[in-house]
Amino acid sequence: MSLVAENKSAVTQNLLEQLQKNSSKIAFMPDTEIVSAIRILEDKGIPNNKHEDYKYCNIEAVLRKEFKTVEQSFNELTNADIAPLKIEEAINLVVVNGNYNEALSEKMIVKGLTVKSLNELSSSEKGLLSSQAKSDTDALIALNTAFTGNGLFLQVDKNNIIPMPLHVIYVNSGNSSNVTNTRNFVNIQASAEVTLIESFYNIGTAKVFSNFVSEKFVGENAKLTCYTFQNEGALSYSVNTNQVKISKYSNYTNNTFTLSGELVRNNHNVVLADSNCEAHLNGLFISNGTQSVDNHTLIDHQMPHCESNELYKGIAKDKSVGTFNGKIFVRKDAQKTNAYQSSKNILMSDDATINTKPQLEIYADDVKCSHGTSTGKIDTEALFYLKARGIGDESARKLLLQAFAQELIDKIEIPSLQERVLHLFEKAL
Amino acid sequence: MISIKNLHASIGDKEILRGINLEVKAGEVHAIMGPNGSGKSTLSSVLAGREDYDVTEGEVTFNGKDLLELSAEDRAREGLFLAFQYPVEIPGVSNINFLRTALNEIRAYHGQEEMPAKDFLALVKDKSKLVELDSKLASRSVNEGFSGGEKKRNEIFQMAMLQPKLAILDETDSGLDIDALRIVATGVNKLKSKENATIVITHYQRLLDYIVPDFVHILYKGRIVKSGGKELALELEAKGYDEIKKEFEIAD
Repeated sequence: MSLVAENKSAVTQNLLEQLQKNSSKIAFMPDTEIVSAIRILEDKGIPNNKHEDYKYCNIEAVLRKEFKTVEQSFNELTNADIAPLKIEEAINLVVVNGNYNEALSEKMIVKGLTVKSLNELSSSEKGLLSSQAKSDTDALIALNTAFTGNGLFLQVDKNNIIPMPLHVIYVNSGNSSNVTNTRNFVNIQASAEVTLIESFYNIGTAKVFSNFVSEKFVGENAKLTCYTFQNEGALSYSVNTNQVKISKYSNYTNNTFTLSGELVRNNHNVVLADSNCEAHLNGLFISNGTQSVDNHTLIDHQMPHCESNELYKGIAKDKSVGTFNGKIFVRKDAQKTNAYQSSKNILMSDDATINTKPQLEIYADDVKCSHGTSTGKIDTEALFYLKARGIGDESARKLLLQAFAQELIDKIEIPSLQERVLHLFEKAL
Repeated sequence: MISIKNLHASIGDKEILRGINLEVKAGEVHAIMGPNGSGKSTLSSVLAGREDYDVTEGEVTFNGKDLLELSAEDRAREGLFLAFQYPVEIPGVSNINFLRTALNEIRAYHGQEEMPAKDFLALVKDKSKLVELDSKLASRSVNEGFSGGEKKRNEIFQMAMLQPKLAILDETDSGLDIDALRIVATGVNKLKSKENATIVITHYQRLLDYIVPDFVHILYKGRIVKSGGKELALELEAKGYDEIKKEFEIAD
C-alpha cells in the first residue's frame, strides 16, 4: 500500500475509533444500515481534495488537523440559551448536538403535523430512513448513518396546510473537540404544504465538526418551502447534506443563507422524480477571514415537463474561498425540461478566491437549459457615481453589495428571519 | 468659485490636458466647447475626482480649498456636482435610497442633522416636477431601464436635490431629442442663482440656445485656445471646428 492510501485510511480509522469509544451506544438507525455504512466509510474514506466532488473542500485535512481526538463532551443548554435563536412567527423545535430536545422545543398541537424523535418511529416510518440519503453515494452520509443521533422526524399528513412556519434550531454545544451527526427526515405527504426554517448554530466553546444529513420527501401536489440559515461561527466546520425527492406537481424551494462558519459545505441534491414538478434553489453567502463556503448542487431531472431554477450569489472577503459547483442532469425521459442556473460572485480582496463549476449533462433532446456564472470585483463605475454624489467610500461599497444581495434577501417571506439575515449580512460587510 | 491654473492631466503616458486656465465666479455660466478628443470629458472627470487620471501639474482652487487634495466624495460634499455624460445604471439601489444617503452624508459633512423623512419626500416631490420626472422613477433602481432622456433628467433631478455650488454638465445634450433638451435646460435655468455657477460642456451650440452662457471657451488639444461671449458659440457653429483646427494647429 502506498503512503497516501495509508494516511487516508488512518484519518478515517482514527475517527471511527474515537467515535466508537466516545459516542452513545444507542443506535437510532436500523442495524443493517449502520453495518453497511461503516463498511462503506472504511472503504471510501473521508473525502479529500483528490476526490472530484471535494476538490476545494478537503474534509480529511480538517479532521486530521482539528479533530485528532474527539471527546464528545457537551454543555447542557437551557431555555435562556435558545431564546435568542427562536423566530417569533414560527413553532420553534430544538435539536442539540444531533438529538431532538423536546424540553427546549415549543409544544403545539397542529392538525396534520407529526414531530417526533427517531427513537419514536414506527417500523414503517423507520423504513423511510436512508431511503433518500444513501451511504454509498457519499462517505459523509455513511458517517452520519453510522453515528446518527436521536434526530427529528417531521411529517405533514396528506391535504394539510400548516399555517405557521416550523423552525428547527440545530445547535451544537461542545466543550471539547466534537463531531456531531445530526439527521432528520421530512415527509410531506400529498397535497400538504409547509414552510420549514432550519437554523444552524454553535454555542459551544470548542471546535465542532457538524455532519448534518436531511432527507426530504415531497409528495404529489405538495409544497415545501425551506430556508437554511447558517451562522455557526469560527469554531464550526460543517457539512450540510440535503437529499430531496419531489413528486408529480410538487414544488420545492430552498433559500440558503450562509453568514458564518469556518468551513461550510452544502450538498443540495434534488431528484425530480416525476413529471410537472419544480425545484428552486437559491443561496447567498458572505465570507471573511480564512472561511471557506462551498455550495454543491445536483438537480436530477428524471421525468418530463419539470422546471428547476438556481441562483447563487457570494461575496468573498479577506482570504476566504467561495465555491459553487452545480450539476444538472437531464435524463433521457425528461423532455420539455426547463433548467436554469446562475452563479454570481464578488471578490472583495486580491487574496480571496472564487471557484465556480457549472456542469450540465443532458440526455434528452427537447429541453431548455442554461447556466451562467460571473465573478468580478465591485463595479468601479458605479462606485465612482455614488461617490460623485457625496457618498463616502465605505457606504458606497455597502450600498452596492446590499444591492447585489437584495434579490436573495427579498425571497425571505418571514419578516423576523429577513431582519436577522439582513442584520448579520450588513454586519459582515 | 473655481480657479483652474495651468492644469495638466494624463491617462497612462498620454497627456490630455496641457495647461488649462479657467476662472468661474458665482452667478456665471461658462460653456466649454471643443471637437471630439479635445479633452472636454477629461476636464470634467479630473474636476470630479475620477482616479483614472493623473494630474501632473497645476492647481485647482474651489471655494478657497485645494480641490485636487479632496476625495471625489468630499468634492461633492463641498458643492461640486458632475452631471454625467453616461449616467451609470445601479440595479438594486433605489433612486430614493441613493439620494437620501447622498443628501444625508453631505449634511453630516457640514455638521447638519439628517433630513427628516417627511421633508425629504416633500423635496423629492417638488424637485422631480422641475424636470418633469415621473415620480415612479424615483422609487426605481438608479437609472436602470431608464431611457436616454430619463437618465439625463435624473441627473438634473439629483442636481436639484443636492443644490451644488458648481454644476458641471458633461455633454448633457447628447442623445436628447428637442423636447427632452428643453426640459433639461429649463430645469438647469431654474436652478441658476447668484450664489451658484454652471459649466456646460458641449460639442454643439444647440444646448446654448436654451442655457445661455456668459462665457464660451474653446478647448482644443488640451488647452483653451479661445474665449469669448456667447457669440463665439454661434461663430463656431457657423464655421465648424475645422477653422479652429487650422487656426490653432499645434505641432506635437
